[in-house]
Amino acid sequence: MEYFFNRYRNLTVLLLVIAAQLVLLAFQIRGEKDMPLIRSWAVTGITPLAKALESLRGGVTGFFSNYVHLVGVEKENERLSVQVDKLKMENQFLRKELATADRAQTLSLFQSRSPSRTVAARIVGTGSGANSRVVFIDRGANHEVAAGMAVITPDGIVGKVRAAYPAASQVVLITDPSFAAGVVTEKHSVPGTLKGRGHGLCLVDHVQNEEKVEAGEWIYTSGDDRVFPRGLPVGQVQVAKSGRMFKELLVLPSGLERGLEEVLVVIEGVHQPLPGTVGAIPNPKLLPPPPPLQGQEEKAAQHSSGGLSTDADRLRERYQRSRESQERSTGETPPGSTPSSPPQGEASSQPAPQRSP
Amino acid sequence: MSEYTDARVDTSSRAVERSHLSLPVLLLVALGAVLFQVYVPLFFEFLTFLELPLLVTVYFGLARRQAVSGLLYGAAIGLAQDSLSHQPLGMFGIAKTLVGYSAASLSQRLDADNPMLRLLLGFFFFLFHHFFYWLLTWLLLSQSLGFAFLQTLIAGLMNALVAVPLFHVLDRLRGRN
Repeated sequence: MEYFFNRYRNLTVLLLVIAAQLVLLAFQIRGEKDMPLIRSWAVTGITPLAKALESLRGGVTGFFSNYVHLVGVEKENERLSVQVDKLKMENQFLRKELATADRAQTLSLFQSRSPSRTVAARIVGTGSGANSRVVFIDRGANHEVAAGMAVITPDGIVGKVRAAYPAASQVVLITDPSFAAGVVTEKHSVPGTLKGRGHGLCLVDHVQNEEKVEAGEWIYTSGDDRVFPRGLPVGQVQVAKSGRMFKELLVLPSGLERGLEEVLVVIEGVHQPLPGTVGAIPNPKLLPPPPPLQGQEEKAAQHSSGGLSTDADRLRERYQRSRESQERSTGETPPGSTPSSPPQGEASSQPAPQRSP
Repeated sequence: MSEYTDARVDTSSRAVERSHLSLPVLLLVALGAVLFQVYVPLFFEFLTFLELPLLVTVYFGLARRQAVSGLLYGAAIGLAQDSLSHQPLGMFGIAKTLVGYSAASLSQRLDADNPMLRLLLGFFFFLFHHFFYWLLTWLLLSQSLGFAFLQTLIAGLMNALVAVPLFHVLDRLRGRN
């Protein structure tokens, strides 16, 4: 037996090991039971290593993605920068287009609602000269534009046409030193003359120091210059202070605040009422009279029941009582007529009327 | 006890060399092989064909040249594989026991250091293992997996190609006396 075992030791061990595993298999298959303990050991032994491997893989992947891939990041960054610049320019262009469309819509709306007949024009150039505040518009004599016509926007007046050419016109802006227009203040209708000063703010001249004009007040065209229809906005008073002879009023032109691209040329102007002015109201609604005070109630009752208040009334009442006591009628003919003569007998017996003091 | 020693026969000179493979290395190699099969195909699906536990078993059997050690090592690796699979414990265990025993038995008659022989042995043992696993599944579990012969041949060839450099790397881990 011992010889047999020594001679076939390897084969015996092999058979034993296989037999053991077959028993294990049979136990699992026949009993439909698993070996959770062995599997648990195996999984417990493998899982931490798998986790460590996964962490290692994540680290390596992160390293490659964060550092090795940075090689291509510079090029990508440049490409993205170019793309961002391109998109910025495109965005700027689109925003400008949108603003232009908004402005055109506003202009069109204003044109349709304004009682004045206007023609829309686009600014196509500026005049030469450092202090020159002159622009060219793309509407000229062919479009009924003539020299001296007002140029406006929905925000306010812009200037007036200096010269009209067949297809274009030259417009002097209100900030030009040669520009002048009649204006009036919003609250107290103080008249003045708007003059350009060559830069942003315009001067309202010929306003007496005694006149009341406040900063922030709106200035409108007065229509006196016979160029701008009355009631167009000019701008807001920025500075209002007393000067040596006249008040010093500086106005920020509202028509130029948002830049100039499209304008309206007033072909036929119609004066409009000034915004904020109150005229006579045709049928004002009045409150009922207040009730009388306590002590005056009786007097009021007397007045309402025929009580008299003037000397003439009292004299008339006295005559009335005398006539009733003497059964005579007095004052029955209208004023200026000859009273009828009384009967003779009665005339002698009737006392002469006494004059009241 | 921490070292396994063996006698290595050189067929050319018939000289005997003593070599050893330390126990930690043995355990780590076995663990790494099982772990590789469990983890790596998650990210590289084409590596599913690679049977590293089998190749490690073959190498250990060839290097160890002791049938008992080979079959025990094969049984241990096979049971570890079974533990991580959905099959009952023992399927891979029996197949790899037979592989370990056969490899150790063959190594006593062949020069297992020859790369060409390693290639052939790798191919052979892959088919051997695959056949026995299929047979056990059919006989014990009554499951017919279907034996894709051509696919098995290609997989065997691929594993044999991997076996040659793998065995060479494992040779470096083996100390010599």
